[in-house]
Amino acid sequence: MKLTLKVWRQSKPDKVENGKLISGGGKMETYQVSDVSKDMSFLEMLDVLNEDLLRSGKEPIVFDHDCREGICGMCSMYINGQPHGPQQGTTTCQLHMRSFKDGDTIYIEPWRAKAFPVIKDLMVDRSAFDRIMQAGGYVSVNTGVTVDANEIPIAKSTADKAFDAATCIGCGACVAACKNASAMLFVSAKVSQLSMLPQGKTERKTRVENMVAQMDAEGFGACTNTGACSAECPKGISMEYIARMNREYYGAKLTSNNV
Amino acid sequence: MKLESKIPDGPLAEKWERHKFNIKLVNPANKRKYDVIVVGTGLAGASAAASLAELGYNVKSFCFQDSPRRAHSIAAQGGINAAKNYQNDGDSVFRLFYDTVKGGDYRSREANVHRLAQVSVNIIDQCVAQGVPFAREYGGLLDNRSFGGAQVSRTFYARGQTGQQLLLGAYSALSRQVANGKVKLYPRTEMLDLVTIDGKARGIITRNLVTGQIESHSAHAVLLCTGGYGNVFFLSTNAMGSNVTAAWRAHKKGAHFANPCYVQIHPTCIPVSGDYQSKLTLMSESLRNDGRVWVPKKIEDAEKIRKGEMKPESIKEEDRDYYLERKYPSFGNLVPRDVASRNAKYVCDEGRGVAPTGLAVFLDFRDAIKRDGEDLIRAKYGNLFQMYEKITDDNPYETPMKIYPAIHYTMGGLWVDYNLMTSVPGLYALGEANFSDHGANRLGASALMQGLADGYFVVPYTIGDYIATLPTDKVPTDHPAFKEAEANVKANIDKLLSINGDKTVDDFHKELGKIMWDYCGMSRNAEGLKIAKEKVQKLRKEFWSNVKVLGGSEELNITLEKACRVSDFIELGELMIDDALMREESCGGHFREEYQTDEGEAKRDDDNFSFVAAWKYVGEEAQEELIKEDLIFENVKLTQRSYK
Repeated sequence: MKLTLKVWRQSKPDKVENGKLISGGGKMETYQVSDVSKDMSFLEMLDVLNEDLLRSGKEPIVFDHDCREGICGMCSMYINGQPHGPQQGTTTCQLHMRSFKDGDTIYIEPWRAKAFPVIKDLMVDRSAFDRIMQAGGYVSVNTGVTVDANEIPIAKSTADKAFDAATCIGCGACVAACKNASAMLFVSAKVSQLSMLPQGKTERKTRVENMVAQMDAEGFGACTNTGACSAECPKGISMEYIARMNREYYGAKLTSNNV
Repeated sequence: MKLESKIPDGPLAEKWERHKFNIKLVNPANKRKYDVIVVGTGLAGASAAASLAELGYNVKSFCFQDSPRRAHSIAAQGGINAAKNYQNDGDSVFRLFYDTVKGGDYRSREANVHRLAQVSVNIIDQCVAQGVPFAREYGGLLDNRSFGGAQVSRTFYARGQTGQQLLLGAYSALSRQVANGKVKLYPRTEMLDLVTIDGKARGIITRNLVTGQIESHSAHAVLLCTGGYGNVFFLSTNAMGSNVTAAWRAHKKGAHFANPCYVQIHPTCIPVSGDYQSKLTLMSESLRNDGRVWVPKKIEDAEKIRKGEMKPESIKEEDRDYYLERKYPSFGNLVPRDVASRNAKYVCDEGRGVAPTGLAVFLDFRDAIKRDGEDLIRAKYGNLFQMYEKITDDNPYETPMKIYPAIHYTMGGLWVDYNLMTSVPGLYALGEANFSDHGANRLGASALMQGLADGYFVVPYTIGDYIATLPTDKVPTDHPAFKEAEANVKANIDKLLSINGDKTVDDFHKELGKIMWDYCGMSRNAEGLKIAKEKVQKLRKEFWSNVKVLGGSEELNITLEKACRVSDFIELGELMIDDALMREESCGGHFREEYQTDEGEAKRDDDNFSFVAAWKYVGEEAQEELIKEDLIFENVKLTQRSYK
């Protein structure tokens, strides 16, 4: 296959000042790639291009990637306007070139959201997700508890539901897909996982309050229930968790001490 | 020089308890006066950082990824072993210990492995308390399955994403300590050197991968939880960024490297499809519980399949060779990884391989689907089948998977004593980065167990024994030792940037990988290893005169990052070859063609090679010095491993 790639190149990082994103400035560059095999992964196609760029003395395209098995959540790019590209339930690293045709033009851009400033080219800063997790995405238990694991029986249906939420890989596609750059799907997945399990029930109120507060502080937008997040989520996390988080949140606020 | 393993006295089952009682404690009020650096945030690193912070130490946690949650432990699929005996099928701490020592082909330390089996049960309790969603039965209790090489069901699992769920558990504990102000995170930061003062580890030099700045960090102890070195082969199941740099640079500062030639080749990976291949994808070995491994009996049939003239489904039962079931009737498809991998190689060498490259065997679910129904198989392996289909475009519900062995895990690593301390006082190595528990071959579902055992339940105790001997004084980072190390790191980077040769870093990495795979991979022999050594030495010279690294040092520079890592892989590669050449026996993942039984199984030489090979760095391009730690077996009788 021969393809034309239009890739976002940005050498200076974006900055956030007074809650406003100031772009580092960049532009789309055009590259021709040939001899693309349908069995290549999308990132392998970019590897080949990067090797060619290097050989001709040009800087390679910077993008985040690591496990290339669809689980670490590091890879993150819009492909033709869609987070992780055209195939549903797939991260960029698991996307293969058989999803494209000879002669196609492919547009490749970094996640675009105020809370995800661009660092370079296709690489963005998603540390906001870590800070949301630090605000309450855990069960407060120190190492060395002595309760036997089977002393906490959990109905299989509950465990499975919690599991579905726990499959989030923290890639940020939900934010990238949302027209408001909302992080509700990401936050609700963790809130739901822990609030459904008996281990997480003790802290369920403070957890949802603190995580939502941090999410807002990071500059993510509001949720308007368009469902783009769930449609683009590589792990297919359902919007019903957003509804669940909203219930958790209102329940918590009714009796909250943080007025 | 003699290596002091510090294995406690007493009966095997009491060693750890006694040791915990005998080691020094650090007063709770004093712990906050000590700083600990933890490099790596996988299962070992995240669990250690969180647990140490909970105890009161000030922890600095480093990872090269953008978030601690992305460490490669996340990709582990299958499960985690624990001697809970929830299934009432005869499991016990001693059986898990015994299976692990046997599975490691009697090349691990009894005392370490027994401790691992003991704390395995605590790990499950800990993870469940954190909210890790393990698979459950309808009654609400935890489910187990049997896993490669085990005859009891002791593996806890979370669909095919056990590593992810365990790591997110450890990451949540770590995040909680960040919020408490006890852990400071340094993501996108790579360790490039260890700083020692008066022979003790006192800090590290790092490079900020975004700004390129070289920084010094001082502490009372340094923990390396930096994973394995499988990427020395270029193609492996490791993540793209997994590297040996932290461990290797610590090695050059005095930490001995043990058993580098022990590499695990995982039998069930998706075969290579072309030159552009950047990594290999593992299919969990849990698939071998229900999948049957086979190749055609006739070479003609295999040829037709390779050319696409015949479909595997159309091969009649009597023309299929279920070679594992045939050769190993009692373990069948569940033989340990090294045995399964070697046998796949044999049948492919015979010309019965099935992919266009000739390097693949079938893993077939036809009979399992017939027996249990597609729904049950989908519930067990749905995500794995989906992943397979995404990569290969084949539907495993309809046609058998094609698999081939790939580099997966490295049993070798930094030498550590019973306290997990390396030969540099104050420097610890945990998880895959150390050598201690898996001998010459790791059993399935044991890596997650070891990473978490080291981080949650071993090092939080043993580190006190060392810290208690130290004054609380901090070393300032303008100490000459830091300045000197910084200058060396900078000089090394400047040298890489100044070469401006013709070949890319990946060119060198691929060449190294091919040498290692051809001569120091699934099977090895003296002649080949000698050729490999020459080739690697030549490659190293060429690298330092002809590598092309663009850009500058004080900026985000992905080529420079890779160049640093590959330069260390090349040096490690040579040591692996030395180690493989020295070990004139076959054991576990180390298969020397000269030493095999009549049936083609690994033949150990317990009289001469029942030792840990710890290599001491003695200087640039000099032959490293071998130091032997004899392995003493008091509780297990050494036998020829048999899975027939």
